[in-house]
Amino acid sequence: MSDTPNIVTGDFEAPTIEPPPDSGAAPGTAGKQRREVHDVWIAGTEEPRVAQSTNEGAQELLPAGQEPAAAVQRGTVVDDDYLFGYDSEQEERQIINMGPQHPSTHGVLRLQMELEGETIRRVKPIIGYLHTGMEKTAETLTWLQGPTNVTRMDYLSPFFNELAFSMAAEDLLGVDIPARGQAIRILMTELNRISSHLIWLSTQGMDIGALSLMLYGWRERELLLAFFEKTTGLRMNHNYIRPGGVAADLPDGWEDDVEEILEVIPKAMEEYDELIAANPIFLDRTQGIGVLTIEECKAYGVTGPIARASGMAVDLRKIFPYSGIEQYEFDVPVGKTGDTYDRYLVRMEEMRQSMRIVRQVLETMPAGDYRTEDRKVTPPPRKRIDESMEALIHHFKIFTSGFKVPAGDVYRAVESPRGELGMYIVSSGGPRPWRVHARAPSFNHVQALPAMMTDSLVADIIATLASVDPVLGDVDR
Amino acid sequence: MTDDATIEPAQATEPAAEDVDAAAEALIEDVALAALDAAELEVAADGQTVTAWIDRAGYVELMAAARNAGFDTFVDLCAVDYFRRQPRFEVVVIVFALEQRRRLLVKVGVPGGEPTLDSLTPLWPGANFYEREAYDLFGIHFSGHPDLTRILLPDDWEGHPLRKDYAVGSVPVQFKGAHQTP
Repeated sequence: MSDTPNIVTGDFEAPTIEPPPDSGAAPGTAGKQRREVHDVWIAGTEEPRVAQSTNEGAQELLPAGQEPAAAVQRGTVVDDDYLFGYDSEQEERQIINMGPQHPSTHGVLRLQMELEGETIRRVKPIIGYLHTGMEKTAETLTWLQGPTNVTRMDYLSPFFNELAFSMAAEDLLGVDIPARGQAIRILMTELNRISSHLIWLSTQGMDIGALSLMLYGWRERELLLAFFEKTTGLRMNHNYIRPGGVAADLPDGWEDDVEEILEVIPKAMEEYDELIAANPIFLDRTQGIGVLTIEECKAYGVTGPIARASGMAVDLRKIFPYSGIEQYEFDVPVGKTGDTYDRYLVRMEEMRQSMRIVRQVLETMPAGDYRTEDRKVTPPPRKRIDESMEALIHHFKIFTSGFKVPAGDVYRAVESPRGELGMYIVSSGGPRPWRVHARAPSFNHVQALPAMMTDSLVADIIATLASVDPVLGDVDR
Repeated sequence: MTDDATIEPAQATEPAAEDVDAAAEALIEDVALAALDAAELEVAADGQTVTAWIDRAGYVELMAAARNAGFDTFVDLCAVDYFRRQPRFEVVVIVFALEQRRRLLVKVGVPGGEPTLDSLTPLWPGANFYEREAYDLFGIHFSGHPDLTRILLPDDWEGHPLRKDYAVGSVPVQFKGAHQTP
């Protein structure tokens, strides 16, 4: 790419939403109509406080034949108005906030939107409402406690957080994970991809009015969560994948559970496809909505199903394979137009491909140990503790003071259901990480929202946001 | 299942290892040559990632050269506080080249006394939020950034919590807008 992509040209301006520059008018009285100024006295004081009546903005319908929104919206290039200058010729606009407490923002995302009638002209995503300082907390936890913390970041795909953290830690430690441990990791993460995409499907359906999808999606997800609970003890935030392997072996009879999942989910997916894939209302609400081009994906760092729906053939499982996923056969679906409907198709196909991987893992699950033999990171077997004092001390030391990790820094990334989930970890050689930074896919996707939403209608904001599938725990960390 | 016309599963084929290495070598040379005049540059490469250390002066120039050399996907930007080391901060930028299948990891030192760095937003708009995050949590100022405000913490928060001299648990919770009634 030698020349600049179309979204970064033009003059840069502070993206705070400002009133249109109107020379001669006092600040706050911009626009064509003069606002009324009321003097309000506060009881008990002599000081008049000046307040302005709310400007309601343009509420009337547009003249017939003038449909600016639909014309721009069906195009393929959506300019990022958020970075562009303000056009003073524009009509009167009003600013409304969607969120942070709004059922369709999938958490505590706040969208500050500038409306012109029913059309969104500018969008500013405002985040931070769920910030809990997890990166700071990570510096106070040992390497074994780390996954407990990071699993809460992207709470819909906890296994991926743990996997990225563990892979980075193992890179620094230089330990190898046995084949069974690797296969269990792939099994759990790919099942997690299905459960996460089922949540996306449910909320996508609910947000645009297909309420039955919400019920069905959660019903099938329950099957997966039951298996997770059986394996890890918890339905979410499992702390199952740890540096050195996984916390426990698969439970007895896990093959039957996975077999049942592989039997039920494909049938359910046929049902979903029957319900909405060719549904004219669904097509109308999703086709040509929230389009993102490849150039915009690259400029904003958009990855995962959204980038693939735009035609960018990027999947870390193929490009930088991890945990032995290269030995399984699967395809990467790539869309063409990059709209909300393509994202639907890509995610549905990804679920089918994940089931293909799970099927292969089920058939080829190797025997052996599920965690590394390295006694530095793996506690001694339970039986040894009964007969050896040293083993007991060893066990105690690993779980209290933890093990030391050689100094260095490493970036490892996995393909989470949302995109590239990376962990940049710096170790100073001590028992705790010096710095843990999570490269959250949703963080990038939220900041690309203006590029998808500008000049679309209010109703399409909901459809677009649902197709982006942000997890605010991941964004705010 | 319906006939999904707009989608075709595409197998991303693995290129031969030697091709990739040759491409990476050429890439390193391109990037290095473009930026060598401006500042000192060290480069290290492994199977996936090309790592480069660069001075502040040649940082944006190197990133622009990298983007022209194919590293056009923005991935990540974060800061690290090394506290007692000079320079105190290190900003780590990761960009990705899809065609060459390589990551470029650029590390640039930022002194603690004057924590400023040029912004990458003219090159990648995706750097916007990440630079705001680094400003919010580490207090590093990115000159040329269109909107360098706090992003994760409230606007009236004091201090930059991911600095190593910002202790855990020693600061009372700040309730925004809370006031006492007499």
